[in-house]
Amino acid sequence: MRPYALLILLLCSTISISQNCSNTLSGTVTDLHDGSFLIGATIIVAGTEQAVQTDFDGKFTISNLCNDTYSIQVSHPYCLTKGFKVKISGNTVKNFKLEHHLEELNQVTVEGKAYGNKSKSILENTISKDELERYSSGSLGDALNSLSGVSSLNTGNTVIKPLINGLHSSRVVIINNGVRMEDQEWGAEHAPNVDINSVGNLTLIKGASALQYSGDAVGGVIVAEASKVPVKDSLYGKSLLTAATNGRGSSFTSQLTKSYQSGWYATVQGTLKRFGDFEASDYVLSNTGIFERNASLQVGLNRFNYGIEAYYSLFKNEIGILRASHLGGAEDQVRAINSDRPLIINDFTYKINAPKQDVTHHLARVKAFKKFDSFGKLSLQYDFQRNNRLEFDIRRGEDRDNASLDLQLDTHTLLLDLDSQLTDVIRLKTGVMSRYQNNFADPNTGVRRLIPDYDKYDLGIYALADYRLNDQWLLEAGGRFDYTYMDVFKFYRTSFWESRNYDELFPDIVVEELDNQILTNPQLNFYNTSATLGATYSFSDNYKMFFNYSMASRAPNPSELFSEGLHHSASRIELGDLRFNPEVGHKVSLTFQRDNDTFSFSVNPYFNTISDFIIIEPIEIQQTIRGNFQVWEYRQTNAQLLGIDVDASYNFVKNLHYNHQFSLVKGYDETRDEPLINMPPVNTKNEIVYQNPEFNNIRLALQSEYVFQQNEYPNNNFQVFIPETETIEIVDVSTPPDAYHLLNFDSSIDFKTNKKSTLTVGFAITNLLDTSYRNYLNRLRYYADDLGRNFLINLKINY
Amino acid sequence: MKKMKFLSAILLATLIFTACSNDDDTPDPVNEEEVITTMTITLEPQGSTGTTITLRTRDLDGDGPNAPVIEVSGKLAAGVVYDGSIVLLNETESPAENITEEVEEEDDEHQFFYTIGGGLDVTTAYANFDGDGNPLGTKFTLTAGAASSGTLTFTLRHEPTKPNTGLGDAGGETDIAATFDVEIE
Repeated sequence: MRPYALLILLLCSTISISQNCSNTLSGTVTDLHDGSFLIGATIIVAGTEQAVQTDFDGKFTISNLCNDTYSIQVSHPYCLTKGFKVKISGNTVKNFKLEHHLEELNQVTVEGKAYGNKSKSILENTISKDELERYSSGSLGDALNSLSGVSSLNTGNTVIKPLINGLHSSRVVIINNGVRMEDQEWGAEHAPNVDINSVGNLTLIKGASALQYSGDAVGGVIVAEASKVPVKDSLYGKSLLTAATNGRGSSFTSQLTKSYQSGWYATVQGTLKRFGDFEASDYVLSNTGIFERNASLQVGLNRFNYGIEAYYSLFKNEIGILRASHLGGAEDQVRAINSDRPLIINDFTYKINAPKQDVTHHLARVKAFKKFDSFGKLSLQYDFQRNNRLEFDIRRGEDRDNASLDLQLDTHTLLLDLDSQLTDVIRLKTGVMSRYQNNFADPNTGVRRLIPDYDKYDLGIYALADYRLNDQWLLEAGGRFDYTYMDVFKFYRTSFWESRNYDELFPDIVVEELDNQILTNPQLNFYNTSATLGATYSFSDNYKMFFNYSMASRAPNPSELFSEGLHHSASRIELGDLRFNPEVGHKVSLTFQRDNDTFSFSVNPYFNTISDFIIIEPIEIQQTIRGNFQVWEYRQTNAQLLGIDVDASYNFVKNLHYNHQFSLVKGYDETRDEPLINMPPVNTKNEIVYQNPEFNNIRLALQSEYVFQQNEYPNNNFQVFIPETETIEIVDVSTPPDAYHLLNFDSSIDFKTNKKSTLTVGFAITNLLDTSYRNYLNRLRYYADDLGRNFLINLKINY
Repeated sequence: MKKMKFLSAILLATLIFTACSNDDDTPDPVNEEEVITTMTITLEPQGSTGTTITLRTRDLDGDGPNAPVIEVSGKLAAGVVYDGSIVLLNETESPAENITEEVEEEDDEHQFFYTIGGGLDVTTAYANFDGDGNPLGTKFTLTAGAASSGTLTFTLRHEPTKPNTGLGDAGGETDIAATFDVEIE
């Protein structure tokens, strides 16, 4: 209604000259969040009955004003109307800023726009709230898996680690509400400690170009953000309950937000998730339950020019690890691999026994910003994280209930960022980061420390600029420098210390020699430079081309430097190397995109060459009293990864569309001239979706997922003598499992329960045909099949 | 603005304080509590005639790069029945911890297996059992047959399926596997 009324006002305004004044007021109306010009904003001058609208460049001009102070009201369909007092003195220029937010409340959020792009020259993939809610009972990794170019490195079905274009762990940086997750992310069997239900928007950047977050994201950056809170008096929330047959459990999450016109707001959110043993199509996967408890609280003040926010979240997750995957030496491995079924299958239970992980992650953050008209938006953020990871093994005697691994990682980070719109076309982001981290490995476990005690100090500085050359070209360039200092106390086994020649190479770092161990104090310095250069070219409204080059440098992580001993969950001995250099990746990525209502697609080929790539691979068999173990050693090599991600969607007819995804990545070890291990196999997803907004927003989707067999892999098989049969057996740890095809069904329907609340009922079936399959990227694929059929019911209520 | 300056000052101070409060005490060493470094098998001839034979495997660096040292004290005598007993030690601790006691306490969760290979003419029989009457095997008898040579492998399984018919269907995980070259004359 309002626009029409205003239009009439506007038409009338031309003839209403009330005073003998001839000054003009001109200027622009912009969005406070991203500085974009607001088209069609209405400016009303009280007392003169004058009203104008901004043009396509967000500009307006009001004439015939006197030298006086006027009350001016500025409004826009998607913004909160705001009043200003403007003193006119001659021809006056005044720029107005509006908070562009109502759009978000109404959940018609345009992907990537309401949140602002993180990188200008890489096509970002985002997962909207609706999609995220479908993964409410799963994990962050499950949701990310739905994007092209993302797969996951799994340990069973609950430890899901995102793998971006073939890279994972320390090479993938996760930013949770502006905080870089520091949660022992180096471990392949460590899942990200983020509650999927606390995330409002999830963005994936397949490369290191988002230098404001980090310079070491050789693989990519995942940005999880909480939903934005509108500046108006409101109380709203949602609750979501998911129940699933596989695992016979459920997940419940609830969120409540209170906001005020004054800008104050508070959100409280919590999740409870409990599942028992999951099931493959033919048997129970014993000891694979999960018990997750999360809570978060956010309080803040958001004003036009300044704001402050405090955020705290607690994530606690207890995860059972498949009992049959806990093995002794190579002889046990032979038995497990040769058996079609897991060696241990018990009755279904909710109880989680050893082997298991119990992780608690605290995250606290305080952030404040202030906008200065002269130089931009200045933000200051401090965050603290405490990660406590307990891992329980099958143990004997008094140690039975003791954790084998007890690590506490504390991280403090201070960030200062400046975001300035230098001119109409140039935007500059700069910032500094300082971080202190302490790792403490509790010696009471009675097991030698897997990760040593250390203090780490980081200092980073970056600048990132984008320049809109003209309507077609947008250019982006940036650089970052990081300095890392590590002060470590590490006990080496004397035999290992000597076998590596460390006694001759590093005699200076020895602190104390004990019976069969040596205490050392390595002090390491790393200097990392990273950079990005990119461009976006818009052909027309429909076609766009993104080009990006990024260089990322990553310091070796504690696991790569200091591992030295038996890794039970992998049944192998892992050895790090103190002498490692940072690895440096150069990635070139090109995306051709067509964005159109009927037919959209994006094609994204890329090439990533990484020098000093740190890789772990088997070198020999080692005899111990427990039998033979394969020894896996970290080494540095030059790696090349190349691949292509394709997305497409086509609207056949109204309400019916088809989605397609295809991802291919090839990774090679240049030094050894062989394929890299754990590269995702080629996979394609095809989906038909019927969605009718006019009929209770009913949505029916059938998805097919086909994963090819990985045919390029290094041969890491080894031989072991089996005394019982007096034969030499090959332990096949290399051959990837067969290709597989899964069908998934998903549906939902909305019911308006009253004026303010909506009930969404969803029903889904994953692995519809109950296919038995094994996934090359599941570390437990040797021992058991992946998940069988699962029926899920979702109930969501928005209020 | 004042508020912000104040706030940032506090944050900085917190950071610096926390960073500096870290004391430089060196961490305590961890001695592996569960590791078995040494297994000694004593074969004592019944009727106290003949020589006692010991088989020993010792791996003092555990999962470290050094292989276990295997020693066999002598040859078995043909036709002699031996009482066998197994002792497990953790020699990384001082004094050495006797792990056999732990294994015997948790007898329902452990079982030793004896595997004969390469034409060695011996037979074995369990001499101790768990509460359910299933074999434990830290004690056993060994009957040496005709003169021959081959291997004798001792395997300790943790949490095996009990009862079982042998290593093939025992399951569990291997805590010890050691093979000795043995000769009968």
